[in-house]
Amino acid sequence: MKLAVWTYEGPPHVGALRVATAMKGLHYVLHAPQGDTYADLLFTMIERRDHRPPVTYTTFQARDLGADTANLFKTACQAAYDRFQPQAMIVGASCTAELIQDDPGGMAETMGLPVPVIPLELPSYQRKENFGADETLFQIIRHLARPMERTAHLSCNLIGPTALGFRHRDDITEVTALLEDMGISVNVAAPYGASPEDITRLGAAHFNVLMYPETGESSCRWMERELGQPFTKTVPLGVGATRDFVNEVAGLAGVKPRLDTSRLRLPWYAASVDSTYLTGKRVFLFGDGTHVAAAARIARDEMGFEVVGLGCYNREMARPIRALAKEYGVEALITDDYLEVERAIEDLAVELILGTQMERHIAKRLGIPCAVISAPVHVQDFPARYAPQMGIEGANVIFDTWVHPLVMGLEEHLLHMFRDDFEFHDAAGPSHHGGHAAPPPPDEPEPRQESAEVIWLADAEKELKKIPFFVRGKARRNTELFAADRGEKVISIETLYEAKAHYAR
Amino acid sequence: MTHHARPPDRPHPPAQARGCRDTPILKQRGQHEVFCGLTGIIWLHRKMQDAFFLVVGSRTCAHLLQSAAGVMIFAEPRFGTAILEEGDLAGLKDAQDELERVVVDLLTRRADIRQLFLVGSCPSEVIKLDLARAAERLSAKFAPKVRVLNYSGSGIETTFTEGEDACLAAMVPALPETDARQLLLVGALPDVVEDQALDLLKALGIGPVSVLPARHLESGLAVGPNTVFALTQPFLGGTHAALERRGARHLSAPFPFGEEGTTAWLQAVAREFGVDQAHFDAVTGAPRARARRAVAKAADALRGKSVFFFPDSQLEIPLARFLTRECGMQALEVGAPFIHKGLVGEELDLLAEGPTLAEGQDVELQLDRCRAARPDLTVCGLGLANPLEAEGLATKWAIELVFTPVHFYEQAGDLAGLFSRPLRRRNLLQLEAAE
Repeated sequence: MKLAVWTYEGPPHVGALRVATAMKGLHYVLHAPQGDTYADLLFTMIERRDHRPPVTYTTFQARDLGADTANLFKTACQAAYDRFQPQAMIVGASCTAELIQDDPGGMAETMGLPVPVIPLELPSYQRKENFGADETLFQIIRHLARPMERTAHLSCNLIGPTALGFRHRDDITEVTALLEDMGISVNVAAPYGASPEDITRLGAAHFNVLMYPETGESSCRWMERELGQPFTKTVPLGVGATRDFVNEVAGLAGVKPRLDTSRLRLPWYAASVDSTYLTGKRVFLFGDGTHVAAAARIARDEMGFEVVGLGCYNREMARPIRALAKEYGVEALITDDYLEVERAIEDLAVELILGTQMERHIAKRLGIPCAVISAPVHVQDFPARYAPQMGIEGANVIFDTWVHPLVMGLEEHLLHMFRDDFEFHDAAGPSHHGGHAAPPPPDEPEPRQESAEVIWLADAEKELKKIPFFVRGKARRNTELFAADRGEKVISIETLYEAKAHYAR
Repeated sequence: MTHHARPPDRPHPPAQARGCRDTPILKQRGQHEVFCGLTGIIWLHRKMQDAFFLVVGSRTCAHLLQSAAGVMIFAEPRFGTAILEEGDLAGLKDAQDELERVVVDLLTRRADIRQLFLVGSCPSEVIKLDLARAAERLSAKFAPKVRVLNYSGSGIETTFTEGEDACLAAMVPALPETDARQLLLVGALPDVVEDQALDLLKALGIGPVSVLPARHLESGLAVGPNTVFALTQPFLGGTHAALERRGARHLSAPFPFGEEGTTAWLQAVAREFGVDQAHFDAVTGAPRARARRAVAKAADALRGKSVFFFPDSQLEIPLARFLTRECGMQALEVGAPFIHKGLVGEELDLLAEGPTLAEGQDVELQLDRCRAARPDLTVCGLGLANPLEAEGLATKWAIELVFTPVHFYEQAGDLAGLFSRPLRRRNLLQLEAAE
């Protein structure tokens, strides 16, 4: 058993739901108890979809267990086919149904439905959501895609975007435009927006663009082997990665690299005078491996932040993320334990968190600014506006969203200069947070054991209060560390300034 | 109903010659679109501030709680999941030992926990994990500091609000015995609402009053043969039975939704405690008038409109009674996950004949009926709300009716407001101009 407070990934059948919901003309019959229907609201409420996910749950109950859950499955399967007339169906079991061993795949096969029925084996007690999505897409493609003549015009498939993904909808638009600029058209984007019929046409593309390795890598590997389609390894997140992606695509397609940078603003904004305040800001990165790896590069090379910690929750990406962390001179945190992530963030005294919806909870508790870079996400991560992460516009969007939670450049100086001013006092908060809307974080949310042994003299405490609230927590920690290192138990104004000089950069 | 004091300005339609008590109930078997009982944890862990809820289940259970609660809760929750892994299922590890290990970890981390609920889930039920035994063992180990109880919130046994019922029912056998004559209020209400109810009862001179669930373990809550209890929620059938087994007696009444329900509920309690009518009228007169005024304001948007209930919380029948009698709506279908006539019988008596009563669900067939009926307002769960809005039907998410303070006089206007807001919004939005 494993204790979980929040989890980063759902069970594997939720991954399958993300694939099914992204597609058209596909229906998922899920052998599951009624509680599992909660998953519908992920799509209708969090993603604000205007239709129900194409899923039929058998919703068996305790009284069915002694009787005939298998028959219940067959009835549900037939009813789903009759009502929705899908081009293909996927069938599987959720964690509870897995225990009662009804074999949905085998049962569906005996029913003689007139459309392809694809069985899913998703081991609920071993694997998680990303695996479920990757495996589901792979099975759909393996069952439906066949080698075929390539399109006359140079084309590729976009592989990996799903429902409930972090900005997948807008990334498709952005990447499609990047490719079109090079004269390459998109044959099929899958699973997002694809029908089973579209899946049968995957073989017509010249190569594949793997947009999200978490959900598309198995499919791309299979298509490379069976359909002779090479696939891209660079994910075009950030300016440098977008340039690398364009070069990689050009190489695969045998065309000249071409990237229209007329709308690109990130490099200039990051170099502008206002961004001086970003220099060396201590950031912590956590999320799925792909987004974290890309965000680390953007943070260090394109924004001038100091990456003080990074990690991912999906163990499938542990190896590349460990290697990457080494490059950045930090230790990778590979865990799906939310509390461990929280401890790491607290210990590192970071100034900005780039994480998931879960880190938003941590950030709120610790009073640290936070921007979201990866799933799992929240309703607010499905904005109405066009907000891709990939390509040129993606880089612009990333600059804005990462900088937004921070106090802006000149404002930071004003807060230093006029800290006793009635409008710049602690409780006012950053102006873009609506003035009084954001309460200042508590000085020390939960005093730690170590610090209890250190005594702050009244003068030093008073001086500490003069430091703006958004850096005060760090100043307190640094001073205490500094004092502890020198074996001092009492902190005076002197100690405070000694520590300030020591940590100056 | 002759005991009811009726001020002359009472706006309600006259009591119906026939209610719905004997209306045949439509029962269809198919896909349910209802939360499981685990979700009760989301409000229970906020209500009982020294309690922790440990679901013994799968990753799905953890994901469910987070998806249902994650949008609302930013503090560290007092709930978690002991996720079953392969080793636990294959019998490679002793489940009791594993659970003990997790509980020890948990109690070390959260020294403030006084009550620990081990909550059974679908997988733990199917593999027949003995949580009663675990609770007994752990109780012995951590007594007297922590009390460990267990109940099932599994989706194969319970829907949504039945989780609260199972939890409260599990607490009843552990309550100390008392012979004192007392009133017990049963049902988890938001603190502000609970305080209002206690103030009303105090003003009526009724006491002593206890509340189940109590906010803290050491509340002095006890039960016995001289206890009479009043339910504040219609989904507490199991708790009702457990209390009767302890010798307590139920005061049957409509539920305290709206002015009429609140008055009838208070009247039943007042009658039991011998409060004279003049005093009752004096205490309730002002809040009743206030409630009527507040409801009337919201009811403008509701009067003459039709409403269709998908099953969700078991609040549907009392709410249909409120909407039809106090807000002038017409109920087309009232679906409930489970209809306990012993508890909602008086509600059914008040609900005029007409609507289809449905128990359980085949969501596809019910959607067909809903589309055919084109109600002005559809009350449904979160999975259906946006898709129905997209089809042009105004909806009220049922979940707000469970999470928002809606009981008793001072909330009657808010309760009506929850239903009128979707309709007012439709009038406010001029979407054609934007298209």
